[in-house]
Amino acid sequence: METIKQHTNTKENQKAHQASGSIAVIDALLSENVDTIFGYPGGAIMPIYDALYDYRDKLHHILVRHEQGAIHAAQGYARVSGKTGVVFATSGPGATNLVTGLADAMIDSTPVVCITGQVFAHLLGTDAFQETDIVNITSPVTKWNYQITDANEIPEVLAKAFYIAKSGRPGPVLIDITKNAQLQLFDYNGYKSCIHVRSYRPKPVVKPEYIQAAADLINQAKKPLVVFGQGVILGNAEKEFLQFIEKANLPTAWTIMGMSAIPTDHPLGVGMVGMHGNYGPNYLTNECDVLIAIGMRFDDRVTGRLDKYAKQAKIVHLDIDPAEVDKNVLTTVPVWGDCKETLPLLTALLEPKEHKTWMQEFQDKMQYEKEVLIDKERFPETEELTMGEVLFELNELTHGNAVMVSDVGQHQMVVCRYSKQNQTRSNITSGGLGTMGFALPAAIGAKFGAPERTVVAIMGDGSAQMNLQELGTIMQFQPNVKIIILNNQFLGMVRQWQELFHERRYSFTDITSPDFVQVAKGYHIKGQKVAERSELKKALTEMLASNESYLLEIMVAKEDNVFPMVPQGKGVSEIVLSKDQI
Amino acid sequence: MKQEYTITAYTENQVGILNKIAIMFSRRKISLESLNTSPSEVENIYRFTIVVKESESVVKNLVKQIGKIVDVLKVYVNTNDEIIWQQIALYKVPTEIIMKEAKVERLLRAYGANAVVIRNDYTVFESTGQDEEINKLLSELHKYGLIEFVRSSRIAIMKASEGIHKSILELEKNDPTKDPINNEFLSLKSKIFQM
Ligand SMILES: Cc1ncc(C[n+]2csc(CCOP(=O)(O)OP(=O)(O)O)c2C)c(N)n1
Ligand SMILES: [Mg+2]
Repeated sequence: METIKQHTNTKENQKAHQASGSIAVIDALLSENVDTIFGYPGGAIMPIYDALYDYRDKLHHILVRHEQGAIHAAQGYARVSGKTGVVFATSGPGATNLVTGLADAMIDSTPVVCITGQVFAHLLGTDAFQETDIVNITSPVTKWNYQITDANEIPEVLAKAFYIAKSGRPGPVLIDITKNAQLQLFDYNGYKSCIHVRSYRPKPVVKPEYIQAAADLINQAKKPLVVFGQGVILGNAEKEFLQFIEKANLPTAWTIMGMSAIPTDHPLGVGMVGMHGNYGPNYLTNECDVLIAIGMRFDDRVTGRLDKYAKQAKIVHLDIDPAEVDKNVLTTVPVWGDCKETLPLLTALLEPKEHKTWMQEFQDKMQYEKEVLIDKERFPETEELTMGEVLFELNELTHGNAVMVSDVGQHQMVVCRYSKQNQTRSNITSGGLGTMGFALPAAIGAKFGAPERTVVAIMGDGSAQMNLQELGTIMQFQPNVKIIILNNQFLGMVRQWQELFHERRYSFTDITSPDFVQVAKGYHIKGQKVAERSELKKALTEMLASNESYLLEIMVAKEDNVFPMVPQGKGVSEIVLSKDQI
Repeated sequence: MKQEYTITAYTENQVGILNKIAIMFSRRKISLESLNTSPSEVENIYRFTIVVKESESVVKNLVKQIGKIVDVLKVYVNTNDEIIWQQIALYKVPTEIIMKEAKVERLLRAYGANAVVIRNDYTVFESTGQDEEINKLLSELHKYGLIEFVRSSRIAIMKASEGIHKSILELEKNDPTKDPINNEFLSLKSKIFQM
């Protein structure tokens, strides 16, 4: 571990040395092998920024344009790299600007450590300038949070923060440090990383009885269906997972958060479940005899109406978080534990199977979906471009090797339905919270987390206008991010619901946009706008070939809808493929 | 079916833990019938006793969520027949009336109430028991000019519990895999369900 001794007034041969709280913060980050911080300074965090100044070569600080951008960038960084994202923000408005990102990271189990400055301890509770009770504000949206008022607490609390953020089911942690503690000199004994907190249990014990019971069910199953979520990625269990499904040839569907854990064109992959997922896996959820849920949490966007969800099936649920088991769907066999550990145990007990006719049912349904729906989007007869054809064209050019960062709305569903992804950690999107404005900062973070990969942000015209200010971050720090805006001149997803369920009463969904290419130009970012099919391929190629960031605005059909759809309040087998089925 | 459940949570002594527990309930619009915090048999470990009226499935999910709060060591949930519980109540009654009406004396004795303070103007009685008895005495005393009443929250001891000592020792072991979480499905027979 690189020490900070030279920079503090250490006497040689002396174990403890005087250091400021701020130096202890920097040392903690270095010790945790942090290389990138996303942040924004202000009064209450100035001592930490001052300490950072001497370490700016080792701790790469990305100055965002809004703290929400900082935390989404940290999320993108964490999701793509598997490392913990780190955020700095000042007290008051700086800290409150993190709340949306914390909620997003909480619901999508993303490891992030936020360090916020706070007013001097003696001013707490006095309505001091830029004082806000950020610990209480963020309690429901953090895995753990804590306020430090004395520098002596810093090493241990930060060690605990990194441990809690990353271990077990990951999540965001916020540490609020009062300014006096940042300035305070104390006897610093060095940083010790944390491996255990007695009141915190990252993983439950694996119970072999349940592995056996699960294996028995799967071995007896005539129509098994695997549905996996992000747990496979968070557990770094992609390999173990493939061995599991391949041994018994199990038809396998993913949730939006699980996408890319196996290649999207894997022969056992039957597509995405959920409100706008594929027809086959949604429909056949209600025909399988054993549903094997892995690292997923039966979100209502996945289950549709609960009392019509897989009622005929026995349920095996593998999850690291015991609170997820039986939360929404009652399990037949719960397999608590880290799937990295439980999957190999389960695989060992599986009998090889073919499941050919059952698999054929998925293939037939996929073929049907392709004919009645996908091909029409891919090869449209209309003049207007469709979002779908943009994605298929993009797949041809990236060969499925890009990190796809999507925002929220119709375009997000199209990205997750059609993009080809060969590699794990390729699908970065706001799944649980559905946070518009996520994609641009998350793509910036993703590029810093995986500099060797092509990162493509796909946004709607509405989403692009939330956090558009982060173009400034791109201008200054030059991550090579490809930005596509699929402009349908609407808040399309909301418009779709208005069309389908509110008699086309388009109440405030017709959103206007600036000239995005001009805006990019203002930030010295190259770009162009296309509206013609004939220009699409060339424009995408140019964008991808550019050795710097690039913004491509693509005008698409105004009133296209995303199908299939499990309408709200309906069961998954009531999935519809077109408007007239509703 | 809704019924009374008593939740017992052992926590670290941390500022803010009360709020972190409380928001688990308020987020789900579950109201607390009563809440008590106290020290436990182990130094620096606090014990929350919370009573709710809810259905079993809601309570089980809620308790699992409470167990996830980092500073919570252990959570138990029990039905009333699995615990021994008590509450204390204080009643302030005009001394003058008590002197006049012999019935009141008898009443208080019947409920096992003791005088804590006797002054010229008022007397404060204390009684210990469960809500039913306390509420009965309360309504009786209303007839005799009750000036002030307060009842404490429930405190409860689990019949089947061995206390927190042993669990703490296990929790303190540095090896996170030696975790004493019990799978509730394995211990269906046991009276208490543990996280
Ligand atoms: C911060 C935030 N506000 C509001 C919403 C509700 N919402 C969901 S999708 C959507 C429309 C998104 O429009 P656009 O970005 O243009 O994408 P499109 O659906 O047109 O592809 C809205 C407003 C949200 N998800 N997030
Ligand atoms: Mg739009």
